[in-house]
Amino acid sequence: MTQVVYKIKKKFNSFVLVTFLATLIILLILGVIFYDIISQGISHLSWEFLCDKPAEEIRMGGIFPAIFGTALLVLVMTVAVVPIGVITAIYLHEYAKNNKLTRLIRVAVNNLAGVPAIVFGLFGLGFFIQFIGHGIDNMFYGGEIVYGRPAIIWASLTLALLTLPVVIVTTEEALRNISKDIREASFALGATKFQTIMRIIIPNCLSGIITGAILAISRGAGEVAPILFTGAADLLPKLPTSLSDQFMDLKFHIFVLAQSPDVKNSTPVLYSTVLVLLLLIFILNLIAFILRSQLRRKFKSH
Amino acid sequence: MSSKRILTDKIFEYLVTIIALTAVIAVILIFVFIVKEAFPIFFDNEIRYDGKGNEIATMSKMFLPQVIDGQLDFRWQPTSDIPKFGLLVLIVGSIKVTFISIIFAAPLAISAAIYSSQFAGRVFKEIIKPAIELLAGIPSVVLGFFALIVLANWVEKVLGVKPGLNTFTAGIALGIAVIPIIFTITEDSLSSVPKSYVEASLALGANKNQTIWRVLIPAVSPGIFAGVVLGFGRAIGETMIVLMASGNAGILSADFFDPAKTMPSTIAVEMGEIATGGTHYTVLFFIGFMLFTFTFILNYIGDFVVHRFKKKLAGLR
Repeated sequence: MTQVVYKIKKKFNSFVLVTFLATLIILLILGVIFYDIISQGISHLSWEFLCDKPAEEIRMGGIFPAIFGTALLVLVMTVAVVPIGVITAIYLHEYAKNNKLTRLIRVAVNNLAGVPAIVFGLFGLGFFIQFIGHGIDNMFYGGEIVYGRPAIIWASLTLALLTLPVVIVTTEEALRNISKDIREASFALGATKFQTIMRIIIPNCLSGIITGAILAISRGAGEVAPILFTGAADLLPKLPTSLSDQFMDLKFHIFVLAQSPDVKNSTPVLYSTVLVLLLLIFILNLIAFILRSQLRRKFKSH
Repeated sequence: MSSKRILTDKIFEYLVTIIALTAVIAVILIFVFIVKEAFPIFFDNEIRYDGKGNEIATMSKMFLPQVIDGQLDFRWQPTSDIPKFGLLVLIVGSIKVTFISIIFAAPLAISAAIYSSQFAGRVFKEIIKPAIELLAGIPSVVLGFFALIVLANWVEKVLGVKPGLNTFTAGIALGIAVIPIIFTITEDSLSSVPKSYVEASLALGANKNQTIWRVLIPAVSPGIFAGVVLGFGRAIGETMIVLMASGNAGILSADFFDPAKTMPSTIAVEMGEIATGGTHYTVLFFIGFMLFTFTFILNYIGDFVVHRFKKKLAGLR
């Protein structure tokens, strides 16, 4: 195909030119965004900025509580989403027969990936806080409100649902890369399916699972809408000590700073916070990218 | 094999199957709980009327024009003395912003996908793909921030439009978020068109121009269509970009340079500040329900078209 179209390309420059320009425009947009954020954000970036508490409301000082909150948020999220996502992928790839149940699960995963982030936020409020949280309070705390309010656990679980499709899809791709031979060799030696999965399949697709987790973290670290009413706080210099506490969060911090009436004064802090978030997500994606290409190379050589 | 091992195997299989149902249960629960909070809007008169027996959130109040200051108009003013829940304001706002984003993103993304899959050399391709992934990885709050601080300024200075935070600015920023979606799906379908299509066309004596426009483009048009539909679904549900860049004014307007309020951004701003269970709360959940249904349908259409397209091409390869 490339050869055939290559001939087309030589003759019809105007069409090629237009599509080429469109590509350049997209690259330019990306370049402008990154250039603006890096050049403006770097000046205020320092260890003190990363390790200090916010001062003068949130316009000055550092962002440590926000970094800590984000880390805790994605940690709890990962603990919830990775086992469920990996097991779902194992079901879909190792057990699923071509029946209605399998199709139902696939449709559901697809759908979950398409639900708007803000609807997850509403769900977190209606289900986790109003229903589960109040339920726990009534059962164990005699109606005293402990869990029936925005908290880090509810924000994490809401994000876990949002990132579930990411983990499932990535893990399934890794499972697909494992050659049939290893599986059959394991069965031939008398191992059961359970033993094969635990000792052969999971160890072999471990880097795929880690990739899925990293991609989920990078997605979860960037979504604001689901945590708006499920746990994020504007200003809370005290670090969360329990899962029922509220927390500060990097991405939410950006939103709060950008909404403050005197945006002009907080612009340096704002730019640096954006840069920190962008670097975090960029590094996570880079690690996932490297792991993935290593994985692909490894199985190509088999 | 000992019976204990077989038993472990069976138990494990059941456990895996049950856990695999989490996604299904999640989708059902999301639907049920959104409906549970939203549906009192249809029958609970304490929600539909205020204390004095005036209609405030009935269907006619929300979807039909109301007399405001002696004129027929639509308003979204949930906190005024007599709350006004003119949902059409938000629906039109959403459609306006989404429209601009698609008009901006689709030509760029589709052209770039054609270039990347058909004309680009290997090296350039190695640049485009990670660049698009990088663009897709930018969190929406960062794009919203960029629109608020940079884009709005340019709109004010270059286009001379005030205020800079308006439908247009939000639409462009949203378009940047949609580009990777349309690009990926179009690129994917372009690279699944079989060689034989182009070869057959050339063999029949069609020239190269005819081949591009009459064979290649029509062959991938379902893929392009699906890309645009899925991009639309993403755009209409996007919250943070629009919230930060659109100016948030609850007035119905046809002007693309007026500030606008959209369905998701309204939920985001107002849900945090109100008591649970009241009229305002129920209306916001009702908006959430509309969004959920709308994106559900769009995603279904998009996935259906992609699936059928791939199946058709798979048979021809």
